[in-house]
Amino acid sequence: MTDDVDRNRRHFLTVATLVTGGAGLVAASIPFLASLKPSARAQALGAPVEVPIGSLEPGEMIRVMWRGRLVYVLRRTDEMLARLSSVTGFLDDPNSDNVEQQPEFAVNEYRSLKPEYLVVEGSCTHLGCAPLGEFQVGPADDWQGGFFCPCHGSRFDLSGRVYKGVPAPTNLRVPPYRFIREDVIMIGAESGAA
Amino acid sequence: MARIESELGTRTGAFMKWIDDRFPYTETMKYHVTEYYASKNFNWWYIFGVLAMVMLVIQLVSGIFLTMNYKPSAEDAFASVEYIMRDVEWGWLIRYMHSTGASFFFIVVYLHMYRAMLYGSYKKPRELIWIIGMLIFLVLFAEAFAGYLLPWGQMSYWGAQVIISLFGAIPVVGEALVEIIRGDYTISDITLNRFFALHVIVLPLALVGLVFVHIVALHHVGSNNPDGVDIKDHKDADGVPLDGIAFHPYHTTKDLVGIIVFLMIFSAVMFFAPDMGGYFLEHANFEAANVMATPEHIAPVWYFTPFYAILRAVPDKLWGAVLMGASVMLPIFLPWLDRARVKSIRYRGWIYKTALGLFTVSFCTLGWLGMQPADDIFVLMAQFFSAIYFAFFLAMPYYTTIDKTKLVPDRVTYHG
Repeated sequence: MTDDVDRNRRHFLTVATLVTGGAGLVAASIPFLASLKPSARAQALGAPVEVPIGSLEPGEMIRVMWRGRLVYVLRRTDEMLARLSSVTGFLDDPNSDNVEQQPEFAVNEYRSLKPEYLVVEGSCTHLGCAPLGEFQVGPADDWQGGFFCPCHGSRFDLSGRVYKGVPAPTNLRVPPYRFIREDVIMIGAESGAA
Repeated sequence: MARIESELGTRTGAFMKWIDDRFPYTETMKYHVTEYYASKNFNWWYIFGVLAMVMLVIQLVSGIFLTMNYKPSAEDAFASVEYIMRDVEWGWLIRYMHSTGASFFFIVVYLHMYRAMLYGSYKKPRELIWIIGMLIFLVLFAEAFAGYLLPWGQMSYWGAQVIISLFGAIPVVGEALVEIIRGDYTISDITLNRFFALHVIVLPLALVGLVFVHIVALHHVGSNNPDGVDIKDHKDADGVPLDGIAFHPYHTTKDLVGIIVFLMIFSAVMFFAPDMGGYFLEHANFEAANVMATPEHIAPVWYFTPFYAILRAVPDKLWGAVLMGASVMLPIFLPWLDRARVKSIRYRGWIYKTALGLFTVSFCTLGWLGMQPADDIFVLMAQFFSAIYFAFFLAMPYYTTIDKTKLVPDRVTYHG
């Protein structure tokens, strides 16, 4: 036994203990953190939904749920479609350049598969409120019809394209969907059997 | 008779000795209660610390009893709150005590913080007390926000939707973070369940722990006073500050009066106006959560609205979230932003007094604006008052340096 402390040895042991213990702590925290992610059941609920649209009148909109999210299906009239080009100059992303916000098939002025039917998520891209459908031409602000978010005043046109100078940063999101029959839309799947 | 008493005395004495040998009971009581000296010249601003403790206890007790009948599931939550209100004996009282209590907790905490700003209680050597206090404030925000989701009403649901989405504004990791907070792709049963866990276990534990540390730090440096004078500078032969009196029985007795008056006001609201006309319990929340439709007008509860108004003042998602976060965090830095040599407002010059006045008006107006719809005129006003709010903090190192302060007396004074 000597009074001399082997500082190198002590330092090595301290660091080794800290590293091993730290690694154990990190490893042990993984199951806890992972348990916070969406569970298998939550993921399974993401199955596609079929939406019958046969009874939808021109100018009418229905709300459906997909993956617990609100989806709007709007049947636009020819007159509404004609209004789309008149607002292009006021829009932030008129050509849908942001690829995150829609499947490839919806990169067009109508942001849809068939111009007549608009399918968008009813979730404002600012903070997730459900925008209101205000489809009539209004005197205020030269309003050409579209969606208005009551929470923070974001505005979108009749294709769900966001106006400039509002809090919402991007266009309304278009979910993947396809027509499985002339009058039935399947939301959540672009291809594959029903 | 006398013999029995003295015998009892020695037995008690022996018992206390037995305890004290094993646990520092007498020592702790002396240090924190019977020999903790606080200034003689406290005014009514100094009641709010004690009242915050009272509110904490009320919220813990009423909360525990609410969990005995509440069901944290999307299916049952709203109905279980109605069940508590209608079928559980005295359930309405316990529930209204908790919901009214949340608002009163914030009233008391805001006034407690304002007191610190009036008398410079955050300044050296009390910086840590202030920082711990700010952490308590942040945890209290989280606690109130998690609690507001639990009744699963319209405002619960859509309010949570908006606030959780705020984290989505963070670049790169935002969306993944939002998913982890919700535990789902949308606010659902899963989200409600974890918010329940946060509200009844995680955050209250943190709150109680932080309050404990807050008080330990306070008793280490001693309480400030309306003059901002250090009472430890003048002590008598026994080492007792000349301007101080023991916390117990002197301050406790006085505080009891304040507590009773406070509880009278609290009870009046709880019994006669538990929703406070929509300010304490918002009307939209008496309707069960509807995933299909956002209420026409959504606003958070009043204690969040000053910061919410700042969020809405910015027409950009990321910057709105950043400025709102900054507005909540900025007060943490007060001990270093404030360069004045004096603590108390009594000895500060007109510049600081004006600045504090402008800040007070801005904060209250922002609170009102946060409840209004997102009309252009209100957004403009919110931008104006947000600018004053930030200027108060950011320009503080400058204007507190040039402000002409008065001479601080040696001992505490007894006016006002």
